[in-house]
Formats: sequence, C-alpha cells, structure tokens
Amino acid sequence: MKSVTPDPAMASCAPAARSGATSLQRWVWVHKWSSLVCTLFMLLLCLTGLPLVFYHEIDHALGKHIEAPEMPAGTAHLPVDRIVDAARRHHPDLVPLYLFKEEDEPDMWVVKMDTRPDTDETQAKFSVVDARTGEVLGEPRFDEGFMHLMYRLHVDLFAGLAGRLFLGFMGLLLVVALVSGVVLYAPFMRRLDFGEVRHGRSTKLWWLDMHNMLGIVTVTWALVVGGTGVINTWADLILKAWQAEQVAALKTAGAGAAPGGRAAPLQSLVDAALAAEPGMAVATVAFPGTLLSTPSHYAVFLHGDTPLTAKLLKATLVDPVSAAVIETKPRPWYATALLVSQPLHFGDYGGLPLKILWALLDLVTVVVLWSGLVLWWRKHRHAAAVPASTAQAATTARGGA
Amino acid sequence: MKGAKSNAAIFRWPLLIAVLTAAGLLSALVGDDVWDALSWALLAVPVGLCGYFSLARR
Repeated sequence: MKSVTPDPAMASCAPAARSGATSLQRWVWVHKWSSLVCTLFMLLLCLTGLPLVFYHEIDHALGKHIEAPEMPAGTAHLPVDRIVDAARRHHPDLVPLYLFKEEDEPDMWVVKMDTRPDTDETQAKFSVVDARTGEVLGEPRFDEGFMHLMYRLHVDLFAGLAGRLFLGFMGLLLVVALVSGVVLYAPFMRRLDFGEVRHGRSTKLWWLDMHNMLGIVTVTWALVVGGTGVINTWADLILKAWQAEQVAALKTAGAGAAPGGRAAPLQSLVDAALAAEPGMAVATVAFPGTLLSTPSHYAVFLHGDTPLTAKLLKATLVDPVSAAVIETKPRPWYATALLVSQPLHFGDYGGLPLKILWALLDLVTVVVLWSGLVLWWRKHRHAAAVPASTAQAATTARGGA
Repeated sequence: MKGAKSNAAIFRWPLLIAVLTAAGLLSALVGDDVWDALSWALLAVPVGLCGYFSLARR
C-alpha cells in the first residue's frame, strides 16, 4: 500500500517537530558535522578505491604482470638461498628484507630489498625470481603510474604515517556518521514505506529519499568496509606492537640468538618452520631487523589453504644459527583483527563477482555521500538567502541539518 | 491516513538486509566455491534493492 505523507516539510522537519526533539537534534548535529568533515575525503577514498578493487585485473590488462614461464608441472624448486643470491646479484648494493610467495603464483618469489633492513621501505626495490631456475624474471614497479597514484591517495595522501592516521580518523567520523544516520532514519520513515522514493514531489524530497534508502540498504557493508579500513590505517602500529611483544617474550625466555655463530642455510630455516606447522605453506620470509621479524631472528609466515586460514598468517620465529623454531606466544588479538580486516576491506576473497559487487556497493556509497552533500548545500543556500536572524531560527527549527 | 510507524516496523526490513549482508561478507571468508556463490547471492540483495527502489515508481 502506498503511504500518504501529510506534508513534505513535515517529513524533513520531523526531528524538531516531535517530542524528544532535543535528543534528536543532537543526533542531527552529530550526523551533520561528522558527515561534513569526512565527506570529501570519503568521496576521494571511494573513487580511488574503485580501481584498487581490480588491482590484479588492471595489472594483467596493462601487461605489467610478470609471469613464470611454462615448465612441466611439479618442476623442483631451488633452495631459497639461491633465490636470495639471484636477487642480490640483481641489486648488489641492497640487502634483502622479505621473500614473498603469492598463493596463486607458487613458482615465483618476490624479493623486497632496500639499503637497510629497518628503513621505512618506501624506496624498496622488488625483483621477481623464478623459484625453479633462480632467473630474475623482472622488476615490478609499485612506485609509479596510475595505480600507484590511486594507491597513495587512498592509503596515505603521500604523507606517510601521518596521512594514514588522518584518513583513519576520517574513517572513524564515517562510522559516527553511519550510526547517527541509522538513528535519524526512523523519524524520517514514520509515514513512508520501506524503500519508498517519492518521485515528482520535489527534487529535495527525491534526494532525501534516495539518501535514506541507499544509505540504510548498504549501511552494513559501509560499516564493515569503513571499520576495517580504519584498522588497516593502524597496520604499521599493530605490527610494531606485535613485534615488540615477541621480542619481549624472547628476552624473558632467554632465547636471544647466539652471536657470531655461522648462519644456517636459509632453506633449512624455512624447512624447520614448515615442519613445525604441518599442512601450511610459506607466505613470507622476513629477514632479521625488519618490521615483520625481530632484530635477531628470521620470521617465517605460513598460511593455510582455506580463505580464512590463508589470511590468518601464522608467524614462526627461527634462530638464524641453530635453525631452531622458537616457541612463541599465540598471535595477539589485535594482529588477528588486522589480518581479518584486510580481506574484508579489499573485497578480494571471493573471486571476480565479489569484486564487482564491491565496486557497485562502492558506487552506491558515492551516491549516498553526494546526496548528503546536495541536501546540506540546498539547505545551506536556502538559509543564506534569508536574513541572518531568521536563518538562524530556521536552522534551529530544522534541527540544524 | 496511516498512523506513524513504530521503530520495530521501520527497522524490520533494514535489519533483515543487515543480517543477509553480514552473512554474505562472512561466507566467502570461510570457504570457496559454494560459499563464494552464497556470498555473491547474498550481497546481490542490497545491490539489487538499491537498483529496484531507485527506479521503481509507486
């Protein structure tokens, strides 16, 4: 049944016109200011996030993706020491920081190198090495081009940690705006059916109904992507805290590496980690002194084979001399939160259809942000057109939105 | 004229959509294949409703 709205003005002024107006007016104030402050940044994040959802697809399409040459299936892999040697020859003036292996590219290692293990890694160089032949297949550049521009605008506004934390704060404001928006949804919907968009009454009502409808339908997705985005901005801090916890635990356990001993082959360290965690595969090997390891141990990160265990990396610390796996405390909850937040923010854990849905929900969010801006601007312009004292009264009567 | 709706009536459908969306977000995380397909179907619900309500003229 079509519901009848008594008066268009009534619907938009409902928060102020009803009893309990002061509480609602406060929510209106919270919604207005939390949204206004973060909206332009959120529009930027939505627009830059759109190509980032399809990062792999775009990389492939641009022919920038490095592929391992065809070889018979099951061709044996070289010890990782040979992979590191190849990368060192490729960049003789750099030291290795990490070896990465992608789940879907088992025949390739990506070696990340820099001048020192403890840099901020922004100038790091990558080489892709064939796991079977030790041949350097190429040098992916993550620091140039359109996708890099999108990435930096999305992640840190070219301002490093300060930029990340700033965007994280904007994300928190988005969460506040979403929650206050849900609270305000009720008074606007007292006389409307769910999903009803009033066409042909006035442009303002159409924008208002679209804002409310699109907002309430996608609010769960927006909360999850916004909230996990905020957690991702704390990634460096979380990894450092985890590392500090591990190092502290090792010190109390007296498990510092024996200094001056002869380094064991890297492959023996990796094998020890794999033996300690049966059924898992190597995702990352972090050299001592990097963000992911400790100053005196290698860290080998292992993953399982279900979508969730593939993301929930298991960290093992290995002594570089004895190749012994060191008993470590289980992963702290905040590290688990970060690891689960990553797929839930990126939308990369359910194939291309999930990415397409992610992109569509992103576009809906753009419309919600834009319609909110339009509604504020129309009201603001209207308020500016009448004498100041009247405008003030009108704004108060409308709940300040 | 219909009376003002209660909060329960207003949030009935949004709550259901929230539950379906959350299930869709989680299902692709716990498994592949069938779980991925379930995730697509569930997340298509909010996307589809946005399209339907935007275009529907009642």
